[in-house]
Amino acid sequence: MSMDYYREYILDHYRNPRNYGKLDHPDAHAEDNNPLCGDQLAIDLQVDDDHITEVRFQGRGCAISQAAASMLSEMIEGKTVEEVVQLGKDDVLDALGIPISPARTKCAFLSLRVLHRSLALAGLEKPTMDDEDDQ
Amino acid sequence: MSTSDSVTVTTMDHTKTNSAMRTAAEIRKDFPILARQVHGKPLIYLDSTSSSQKPEAVIEAMSTYYEMYHANVHRGVYEISEEATARMEKARVKVARFINAHRSKQVIFTRNTTESINLVAYSWGNTNISAGDLIVLTEMEHHSNLVPWQLLAQRTGARLEFVPVTDEGLLNLDVYEQLLQQQPKLVAFTHMSNVLGTINPVQEMIMHAHAVGAIALLDAAQSVPHMHVDVQALDIDFLCFSSHKMLGPTGIGVLYGKRDLLEAMPPFMGGGDMIRKVGLRESTWNDLPWKFEAGTPAIAEAVGLGVAVDYLNTLGMENVFKHEQDITAYALEQLQTIPGLTIYGPDVTKRGGVVSFTLADIHPHDLASILDQEMGVAIRAGHHCAQPLMERYSLAATARASFYVYTVREDIDALVQGLRKALQIFNL
Repeated sequence: MSMDYYREYILDHYRNPRNYGKLDHPDAHAEDNNPLCGDQLAIDLQVDDDHITEVRFQGRGCAISQAAASMLSEMIEGKTVEEVVQLGKDDVLDALGIPISPARTKCAFLSLRVLHRSLALAGLEKPTMDDEDDQ
Repeated sequence: MSTSDSVTVTTMDHTKTNSAMRTAAEIRKDFPILARQVHGKPLIYLDSTSSSQKPEAVIEAMSTYYEMYHANVHRGVYEISEEATARMEKARVKVARFINAHRSKQVIFTRNTTESINLVAYSWGNTNISAGDLIVLTEMEHHSNLVPWQLLAQRTGARLEFVPVTDEGLLNLDVYEQLLQQQPKLVAFTHMSNVLGTINPVQEMIMHAHAVGAIALLDAAQSVPHMHVDVQALDIDFLCFSSHKMLGPTGIGVLYGKRDLLEAMPPFMGGGDMIRKVGLRESTWNDLPWKFEAGTPAIAEAVGLGVAVDYLNTLGMENVFKHEQDITAYALEQLQTIPGLTIYGPDVTKRGGVVSFTLADIHPHDLASILDQEMGVAIRAGHHCAQPLMERYSLAATARASFYVYTVREDIDALVQGLRKALQIFNL
């Protein structure tokens, strides 16, 4: 059953992350780490006309956290800020398409947390997602 | 005060070396948890450096305490309170003998290694460290032997310097000697690294620290459970360790200190049991060790720790160490057969039963998940509470397997098999 964790597309996103890197002048930026495992993640966004026109992320961590970040970056590019603000855990789980055990939820949702934090820091959304409430 | 007086320790159990330890396969049967399954497979526990499992004797002794003689200690004049007090103080004597302390009153019960170090950092540190004083630590310390000193340095303006770690995973002793020339007030270092397994030459390091007038604190969380540690032979000033890593329960740890140092130190926490006489505005302190044991202590845990010490004495610490050396040598040999696997730390002659490694581009967390679900193998993945050491090696995390008295070669074989499965899953 653990094979489910490591399907081809997960490994593909892990080894060939989409939108990897950073922006020189991002409109929104945030970074965080998972103190339990040392995973790190930073997200840069360019926002034009209420749309996410460019996304870059950088990080290091397990296949789950890095694949989730890569998928999330694909998911949000071109979307309106309002649409991205609405993104939640279920959207990440749907994209991953694998069952996530309680011990791995912090890995799966690290990028989502950083994304919302970047929008909040840029004043584009209210800080609504509780950083500590990942379970 | 109905406590038994501090006991001068005259016998040394560890001198009775058992010629041969029971085999690890037999010892396993004493540990109920090792009979359970995870994910439909037998549990293979390779995370004893984090916390060891407990033999039935320890679990039973704690249950018996609650069933037969639970009462608060050092207070009651009735039968069961006196019995609880006697058992707790007997555990203190057992611990004192185990580390060859001169007097049992030099053994202070804390919650764990972390609290023991914090006790010294506050009580001894606040009194003896001032602005500009130097404290020497090393790059391989656990966070619990870094952060208390950072806090002390912030409170007092003291200076922290660090002994670097070589590529091989050893302390750079040349730098240590240079730092000693700057006359530090305190040196604090680990006996054995919880990441690299490195066993440091602490006897020599302590001697050289004393030669320049420094006080030495040893983080023995990883050594006392695995080898014979003699505080008098080491001439160590403060020694800190935890029960839960040495077959005992969680929630109790030990601070050993030289008597004159402990006598001169002010209390760490105030409350019941640590006082002699209390007035509304001031109080006087109890004798050692109770001066440092405010509030109702972990009584069941002390009893359990005493039984854990008995269990280790029966095996003989020389045998325990030798068994772990055998298992570690076997593990290093087997792990090296796996393509893409990198082992951190020195060779088997300079390390204990801890092996940190990485495998190709597979993150340690993924390795731990796969080992757990495919093989029932429990290992640790992460920074192991030693982030500066991880940075020293430019690593975010490692996987870590660690061994104890109940580890058998078949456990290593399962680990190796699981790592080969991980390679397959990651298409490597």
